[in-house]
Amino acid sequence: MTTTFASVPTIDQVTVEERAASFTKRSIKTSAKLAGLKMAVSMIDLTTLEGKDTPGRVAYLCRKALQPAEPKYDVPSCAAVCVYPNLVRHARRFLGERSAVKIASVATGFPSGQYPLRTKLEETRRAAGDGAEEIDMVIDRGAFLAGEHRKMFDEIAAVKAACGDSHLKVILETGELVTYDNVRLASQIAMEAGADFIKTSTGKVQPAATMPVTLVMLEAIRDYFFATGLRIGMKPAGGIRTAKQSLAYLVMVKETLGDDWLTPDLFRIGASTLLNDVLMQIAKTADGNYQGADYFSIS
Amino acid sequence: MKTAITVKKKNGLALKPALLARPVTPVKKRRLEFGRRWDYAPAPETVPVKIDPRHELFIDGKFTAPRSGQYFDSINPATEAKLCEIARGDGQDVDRAVAAARRAFENVWSRAPGRERGKYLYRVARILQEKARELAVLESMDGGKPIKESRDFDVPMAAAHFFYHAGWADKLEYAFPGRKPRPLGVAGQIIPWNFPLLMAAWKIAPALACGNTVVLKPSKSTSITALRLAQIFQEAGLPDGVLNVVTGDAATGTALYTHPDVNKVAFTGSTEVGKIIARACAGTGKKLTLELGGKAANIILEDAPIDQAIEGVVSGIYFNQGHVCCAGSRLLVQEGIYDTVIHKLRNRIQTLRVGDPLDKNTDVGAINSCAQLEKIRELVRCGQEEGAEVEQSSCALPSKGYWFPPTFLTSVTMSHRVAREEIFGPVLSVMTFRTPEEALERANNTPYGLSAGVWTDKGSKIFKMVGKLRAGVVWANSYNKFDPASPFGGYKESGFGREGGAHGLSAYVQLT
Amino acid sequence: MNALRLDVRKTYKLYIGGNFVRGESGRYLPASSPSGALLDNFCHASRKDLRDAVSAARSACDGWAKKSAYLRGQILYRAAEMLEDRAPAMTEEIARSTGAAPEKARAEVNLAIDRLVYFAGWTDKFAQVFGAVNPVASSHFNFTIPEPTGVVAALAPDEPSLLPLISLAAPAILTGNSAVLVASDKFPLPALTFAEILATSDLPGGVVNILAGKRGELISHLASHNDINAIVNASSAEETHQALQSGTAINLKRYAARKMTAEEWFTDSAENPYWIADTVEFKTAWHPIGL
Repeated sequence: MTTTFASVPTIDQVTVEERAASFTKRSIKTSAKLAGLKMAVSMIDLTTLEGKDTPGRVAYLCRKALQPAEPKYDVPSCAAVCVYPNLVRHARRFLGERSAVKIASVATGFPSGQYPLRTKLEETRRAAGDGAEEIDMVIDRGAFLAGEHRKMFDEIAAVKAACGDSHLKVILETGELVTYDNVRLASQIAMEAGADFIKTSTGKVQPAATMPVTLVMLEAIRDYFFATGLRIGMKPAGGIRTAKQSLAYLVMVKETLGDDWLTPDLFRIGASTLLNDVLMQIAKTADGNYQGADYFSIS
Repeated sequence: MKTAITVKKKNGLALKPALLARPVTPVKKRRLEFGRRWDYAPAPETVPVKIDPRHELFIDGKFTAPRSGQYFDSINPATEAKLCEIARGDGQDVDRAVAAARRAFENVWSRAPGRERGKYLYRVARILQEKARELAVLESMDGGKPIKESRDFDVPMAAAHFFYHAGWADKLEYAFPGRKPRPLGVAGQIIPWNFPLLMAAWKIAPALACGNTVVLKPSKSTSITALRLAQIFQEAGLPDGVLNVVTGDAATGTALYTHPDVNKVAFTGSTEVGKIIARACAGTGKKLTLELGGKAANIILEDAPIDQAIEGVVSGIYFNQGHVCCAGSRLLVQEGIYDTVIHKLRNRIQTLRVGDPLDKNTDVGAINSCAQLEKIRELVRCGQEEGAEVEQSSCALPSKGYWFPPTFLTSVTMSHRVAREEIFGPVLSVMTFRTPEEALERANNTPYGLSAGVWTDKGSKIFKMVGKLRAGVVWANSYNKFDPASPFGGYKESGFGREGGAHGLSAYVQLT
Repeated sequence: MNALRLDVRKTYKLYIGGNFVRGESGRYLPASSPSGALLDNFCHASRKDLRDAVSAARSACDGWAKKSAYLRGQILYRAAEMLEDRAPAMTEEIARSTGAAPEKARAEVNLAIDRLVYFAGWTDKFAQVFGAVNPVASSHFNFTIPEPTGVVAALAPDEPSLLPLISLAAPAILTGNSAVLVASDKFPLPALTFAEILATSDLPGGVVNILAGKRGELISHLASHNDINAIVNASSAEETHQALQSGTAINLKRYAARKMTAEEWFTDSAENPYWIADTVEFKTAWHPIGL
């Protein structure tokens, strides 16, 4: 199988931003809103990526991911927890061998990616070995911006191999790629190199996920599907904080890739504060009154 | 297009199992599925509006019954329900309106300082903004256009036109270096049904800013918002007779443009009617501007930002159900990307939501009238008979009202009727070309010349194409963009004169 | 010996596509002085000559418009140079045709030269004066530029015989239009002599075409011609005005009337830069601004 990055189309900033904004104009009400919010919960990779993370903190996170809200609200569990490699085994211990909530680990010298490939691969193998079913790797933005697309490709391919059975999410760190053209090309390289998901951001760089940058990546996924028949997943991460935003992202996924992608298998949202805002909206829809933060557990 | 780079996989063998483990969709089934898992609930606009059962003429600052005592029904095209009755103005009513406009011109408006005229227009703009939601709902009920468009485009743009032109009222001499601009007198303005309020604003704002007075004749099928605008003028305290609105049918329009005391005729509508008006005004000394039909080419070159181009194509032809004189109704695609474009377009139109104009999620509303629907059907039928293949959105259409699904036609040649005649509906004719020169030749091969679109990534090519397209508005890597500061109007049989911008002022002044 | 020599008389020919032609019909008319003396014969253009002139103008249009504004200015200035060079002959032509005093005729020629120079200077300025960059609310670069409309037909008034012809042609062609000029019925010879001057300037053939004969025969064909983009009418006859303007309903050709008295052609009002705008199309282009 020969791989080419030919015919990566150019992106016009103004139109793509207009198009992205158009999804926020959809009016999602009543039953659609409730279904959408619950779907959003099921797609959240509940994330903690701090230097001060501890096994205790990860336990809180796992518990929250398993049961985000009181049972009466009938809210699904989150898709996954996303942690640093050192905390994977603690998460696994807390969640047990088989869990509805998957464990995702960032890897490959997160967040900068400025480390030797050797240690990146070792890190990947260790995280997978510790029980991470999903590896969220960062690309070597330095290599990409220096025009060494092949180096970036090879590194992703190597990490994919190191993942074994674990799924690979490739973080482009779009805030550092700056242009939509770069995002589109990087998406294509990542998919061809073996990414199961492509992901916008580490959350450590501003801007993180935006609607237009996500749209560009969704369009890359769509074209890859048209070309190969393979469905690649999408994960915007960082910056999605409100229920309203999450619905707009779902609208965008639906209208760009179709309903097939409206599943945690193919769409994730990397977030932490988003979850409780979504839960408050669900409660508002169910109970009819506006909610307060004190009534929802933090993770 | 990006430089193609080829990467051989170093460890391709190691990867293969992982890739093959994923389900591969066969080529034939590689289309997107919309609507199965999660659909939007109805989201109707709930602002209550009151529509008087009977709408009178607006003459000399007052709402007044037509001399004939005749009224016609205004129909909601989405439901076929009667909204109200509208006065049928006749020649005598036009006489009254022109006389009122003449008095207002002589006694008040042409003498008013530009600054004061401007302040009136600012006031109108503000009231328009305040009543935006009500006007949007009325516009959608009366014309069938999606509330999303009337709310986000028609009404704010109408207000913007008043704002823009208000500022010109006391600065006109700067628009015409070395000359003194003077108003013409009474302007008779005839507007179409596709953007009823916005077209009224396009016409009235520059006329009044330049010191003319106006008799406006809205389209028979969409008179309500023009009359609501007249109420706003009342509320803003504009002097009686400065704006008059005479509703009615074609005969009312004829009475207006043939009126001997009208100094200026401005018409937006079909080329057919435009020619009749041109003939009638010939030799009368009336100043005339015409904004007529179009058959715009939207050209996609192979180095285009394709996904954005698809958006441009979609807004170019499906915006306002394609009831747009500058609609990009001919899509010219470079052969090398034809399959890609068609595949994307086919998937994209499935996401367009057709239905209740008052639902905030509706993308394509009702066809404006039964007659227009018949015309669209007839032309599409003719396209099929001539060998075109029809691709349509599979959306469900409401059982009542006038509807046509988003459609595009392939295997169209330059000589097909659907490639030459204005359809004025959500129907796109797709053709191919091999070289940019050929694209230009095909794009220009029409008696029309209102607008054009061109999509390419190369700067020098953009300027070449922009320069060579014989059209009054060229959208490069964009389509259907409008702004009060941007002149709009056609080449060739798309009419003459410009509306908007400094250039639009020329239509309403004489230079001395 | 001199007494025996017979004058060689010239038949003035039509000027079409850079060539001097006798006309498709082969008809001719005599031009006489105001006192009734026969001056010379001139070719009498038919509707087919009009057709040929429009077609020559159409062929010339693209190449002319493509020339840089600077070059078009130089070429118009060259036409002024040639007219200056031939001023005595032109003065004589006007004088013998119209009966004008030689000083009056010379004044007309001088003004015609100056007017050509005036309009020559506009070639690379009208786009700046009549164009615009428009501050739209969205992130787009938006500009409006004047472009030539294409083929312009212009009808000269009966008098003066030269000055209006130049005052009509120059603002039309300076933007890149080509022109079909219909000379004065009454005094056609100065217009045809001007054609001979243009032929020796650097103006490409077909950019200006000059017809003479009976205007009345051409009016309806001018009005209805589908390949004429604009008509500029300086004929004072009301019925001509009406006929030409109603013809615009055929193909929406642009129409401008120049209602001027013979004297007014000598004033600044006939040197009107806004006349340039009558035979241009304003094109507005949009382009997004982004990375």
